[in-house]
Amino acid sequence: MKILVCMSNVPDTTTKIRFKEDNTKFDDAGVQWIINPWDELALTRALELKEASGGSISSITVACVGEATTEPTIRKALAIGADDAIRVNAVAQDSYFVAAQLAEVVKQGSYDIVLCGIESSDYNNSAVGGMLAEFIDVPSVSSVSALNIDNGTVSVNREIDGGKETLEVKLPFVAVVQKGIAIDPRIPNMRGIMMARKKPLTVVEPVDADVLVEYEE
Amino acid sequence: MSVLVYTENWEGKFKKLSFELVSYGYELAQKTGGSLTVLSIGNVAEEELKKLGQYGATKVVAVNDDKVKSLENQAYTSVIEQVAKKEASKIVIFANNFAGKAVAPRVSVKLKAGLASSVVGLPISYEPFKVSKRVFNGNAFSNITVKSDVKIVTLLQNSYGIFENPVETAIENYNAELEDSYGTKVTSVDKITGKVILTDAEIVVSAGRGMKGPENWTTIEELADVLGAATACSRPVSDEGWRPHSEHVGQTGKIIAPDLYFAIGISGAIQHLGGISGSKCIVAINRDPEAPIFEAADYGIVGYAFKVLPELLGAVKELKNS
Ligand SMILES: Cc1cc2nc3c(=O)[nH]c(=O)nc-3n(C[C@H](O)[C@H](O)[C@H](O)COP(=O)(O)OP(=O)(O)OC[C@H]3O[C@@H](n4cnc5c(N)ncnc54)[C@H](O)[C@@H]3O)c2cc1C
Repeated sequence: MKILVCMSNVPDTTTKIRFKEDNTKFDDAGVQWIINPWDELALTRALELKEASGGSISSITVACVGEATTEPTIRKALAIGADDAIRVNAVAQDSYFVAAQLAEVVKQGSYDIVLCGIESSDYNNSAVGGMLAEFIDVPSVSSVSALNIDNGTVSVNREIDGGKETLEVKLPFVAVVQKGIAIDPRIPNMRGIMMARKKPLTVVEPVDADVLVEYEE
Repeated sequence: MSVLVYTENWEGKFKKLSFELVSYGYELAQKTGGSLTVLSIGNVAEEELKKLGQYGATKVVAVNDDKVKSLENQAYTSVIEQVAKKEASKIVIFANNFAGKAVAPRVSVKLKAGLASSVVGLPISYEPFKVSKRVFNGNAFSNITVKSDVKIVTLLQNSYGIFENPVETAIENYNAELEDSYGTKVTSVDKITGKVILTDAEIVVSAGRGMKGPENWTTIEELADVLGAATACSRPVSDEGWRPHSEHVGQTGKIIAPDLYFAIGISGAIQHLGGISGSKCIVAINRDPEAPIFEAADYGIVGYAFKVLPELLGAVKELKNS
């Protein structure tokens, strides 16, 4: 079984965010870039599952749509423990465009479980996971707060208004994860950081896709 | 432009959220010279469907099928796609809640419609279609333009409001084409019963840093319990971990619009008011007569929360018993 974790590279909002040009533009000078917190938890859960799988989960791949500047963040995911990484060499223009790129990555790599975060902490779109699932025409579950594999049966918990549900899912599928999926994100250790340098980070060119939404400059 | 609103139901009943979505859809249809269709999925009685007419739903399409009993994203997407195509909808509106977040992105791909999520209030312009949305977890707002022919909006709850526009409602029961089976199956449901959902609550008891510590929330919870209210808090309270983040209201938290809002030990910072100013009646308890919350409040009690609360609780209990 192969797991893909989709990750976005976001500004660290625990540090103060600034806007420039009369408060109309996000000022990225001096900003720290990090793995989107939800994606970091998704990666942590994927690694836990792999370790507990007794070899039935063969690899954890991370995928990111972004320019070369996102590579330090991708290396961090490798240092945390992902086996390999794919970077789609394009500016993440809108959710539709990003999801179309990730859909191509999933098709090429035939992953069984795809994990996405419920939203990115910058644009809060809550969109990529569901769009990706529709592009590749597989089931999706949103607001996932637990993911378990038991004798090959995959089940998830999802949060609903005033409660939660447990679902069984057929593979392949996309889980859009939120709080609870893992307790604390893993932190890379020295060995992980050393190893990350040698792990494969493949750069692929984007496929043609539309951009449907435009952010005001 | 023909507008389609999808509203879910809770055990066959609509909530404030549904009425807000319909009010919003009505306004968008008015502004664009189009018609409004509301889609309901699941088992909802005709009488309940008719309630949507109070907020401007001239047409309600009802889909009731065993396959859409629980939220199966692919099945729901397919139903919404079929109805949107049938109605030639140009704007499709969802709530920005768990169901909206689960389904709207899929519908976006199906209809090749640009998605604007966590939108606040009415569009800034219709041609081009420009809306304001929350970004950076509410720390900022951004204007975005949806360029595609069909557009999807997920509306941030309580960011528009509920407006009555009574009309005659025509109900159409529609048989959507569905697959025999889908990839997900709900195996168990675990509902917290008796807990009032914050964004839908008619009464909210909210407390801030003035409560000094989490151990002092017992009276807050008791008061909420007696009133049948939901509990809420200011941001520092959830940042400190005194209360869960799901209770945090304000610019960076939930937006609420209850009939009655109690602000206890809350200073009333502008970012806090951003989430509660839609409340019909605000009652503030604060020891500081200069606290800005008193400017927003309809009723105020200047005093120590620890003194006022037991008396308030006693009075409410007495009232309930009589
Ligand atoms: C970008 C940004 C976004 C923000 N978003 C939000 C948001 O979404 N929601 C939010 O709430 N805040 C938000 N804030 C924070 C906001 O500015 C205030 O700091 C916060 O609301 C204050 O919380 P408070 O009223 O509980 O605490 P305080 O400001 O410390 O006020 C406590 C109040 O309790 C009173 N008090 C103290 N002891 C007692 C007592 N014994 N009895 C009665 N009264 C007492 C005091 O007089 C005081 O008025 C945001 C800030 C920023 C910069």
